[in-house]
Amino acid sequence: MSDFNIHYVAQLARIELTPEEEQKLGVQLGNILGYIAKLKEVDVAGVEPTAHAFPLVNVTRPDVATGSLPHDEAMANAPAKAGGLFVVPKIVE
Amino acid sequence: MLRHLTISGLTAKLARRECSAREALQACLDQLAAVDGQVRAFMSHDAADALAQADAADRDLAAGVTHAQKPLLGVPIALKDLLAHRGQPLNCSSKILGNYRSPYDATVVEKLKAAGAVVFGRLNMDEFAMGSSTETSAFQTTLNPWDLTRIPGGSSGGCAASLAANMAFGTIGSDTGGSIRQPAALCGVVGVKPTYGLVSRYGVTAFASSLDQVGPFGKDVRDAALLTQVLAGHDPRDSTSIPRPVPDYLAALVADGGPQPLKGLRLGLAKEYMVGGLDPDVDAAMQAAVKQFQSLGAEVVEVSLPHSDYAAATYYIIAPAEASANLARFDGIRYGARVTGKDPAELNAKTRGAGFGAEVKRRIILGTYVLSSGYYDAYYLRAQKVRTLIRQDFLKAFETVDAILTPTTPTAAFKVGEKSDDPLQMYLSDIFTISCNLAGICGISVPSGFTKATASAPRLPIGLQLLGRPFGEETMFRLAHAYERSTPWHMERSPLA
Repeated sequence: MSDFNIHYVAQLARIELTPEEEQKLGVQLGNILGYIAKLKEVDVAGVEPTAHAFPLVNVTRPDVATGSLPHDEAMANAPAKAGGLFVVPKIVE
Repeated sequence: MLRHLTISGLTAKLARRECSAREALQACLDQLAAVDGQVRAFMSHDAADALAQADAADRDLAAGVTHAQKPLLGVPIALKDLLAHRGQPLNCSSKILGNYRSPYDATVVEKLKAAGAVVFGRLNMDEFAMGSSTETSAFQTTLNPWDLTRIPGGSSGGCAASLAANMAFGTIGSDTGGSIRQPAALCGVVGVKPTYGLVSRYGVTAFASSLDQVGPFGKDVRDAALLTQVLAGHDPRDSTSIPRPVPDYLAALVADGGPQPLKGLRLGLAKEYMVGGLDPDVDAAMQAAVKQFQSLGAEVVEVSLPHSDYAAATYYIIAPAEASANLARFDGIRYGARVTGKDPAELNAKTRGAGFGAEVKRRIILGTYVLSSGYYDAYYLRAQKVRTLIRQDFLKAFETVDAILTPTTPTAAFKVGEKSDDPLQMYLSDIFTISCNLAGICGISVPSGFTKATASAPRLPIGLQLLGRPFGEETMFRLAHAYERSTPWHMERSPLA
């Protein structure tokens, strides 16, 4: 898999890797991609894809307000919060 | 010993007031204290909360509540560490969740509580259910109670090991590619992967949403059927849950009787599964099981699942693709651990770099790649089409047979460390279990024998897998139950039990 660039894909996945991890995971993923390439052998002409074994479409519920988690309970696991909001580093200068 | 009882044995004793729910729980807690230092099945447990639930069950029993009303009244049931249990930790055996505590109950936990169960404990697993041995857990490797130098299977290894060591009366796990059936086989207990959509996934940390299904571990088929009964049913909070009445699974078991209770049923052996690489003891157990089913009246015929050889490759595209999307929620912003950065993107990358283990990183990166622009059609879309062919293979086979019979795993439990450095070899240990999830059908693993003891290994459990039609759990349980009743394997206990 010469076109598999682990550094680039890890960035897309928002995962910071050490150089050692890049090296090791790159080799392992190369082996795995080599294995899954066997799907190229299968004739899939005219076959519809399956996203779900039992696709249900347009699953809705009655338009009725129901209870939900209180604000403070929903925020209870936040790593940083203030005034009922999540705190994050500055996004816009 | 109280802890040796099955759920049906325990509920009979509770109903006769020969023991209390508190005593049943205490038997589990005592056993946990005695052996879990060696087995390491539990990440944590809240004894005070569990004792309060047991006391509430005892009050119900004293007030005349019956097991017909609450089928699990007073029965201690432990949970895999990915099921939300209000007020309790939930880590998915990962560092990235930090000190997370569930703010609500998963639907299956609500159902267990409504059925009177005493719900306790956080059972170890492979990180985010990605693995076949519990070795990818960020905290501990669970060991097999039959041989502490071996893995218990995975990802629900804590579920299987704790039950095999009698630290709970039943456990609840999840199965995305074999994560219930494989550890059940390797630990000598029963494990059920229900049909996709039978059990709600609300409050269950998602790995691969089109494959994940929650299911039970039991000491015998009856217990597993009873637990499935409690867990099953439509849930408006899970849009993939199927609105369909749940049959009476225990009634399907009682239908047995006579010397040939399986007369009229037909079992399939897939010729594609009869390939090399099977351990000789596993092969022998399989041959013996075929004879056993024939003696019970079932007809055994050969079937073909022509695309079997592509199941692992299909699975290792679809599952990582879905995982890469599902695990995007672990961003260090809303919950869990955080490693800060100069902007949110750097915060995300640093948090995920520090919080996820190697296997989870491998799968997220693989999934991101197969979904990325330019590769989507070649990998993901193609895999979805092969998935259609795999599903059609099974549906075609089920036109002629009621269930398909396979070994659950190609070998018995392997040694700790034996495959942990070779992810591809680890993936291929699931060859008999993954098609079931791709096809969305149901499966069960039941004890079917033991390996022969050798100089380097004691006798180790072997499992037999029955794969049933979509929503064919009744027939699957009936077959498994008749087999179990005619064989001694489920009666054997691990040395630590």
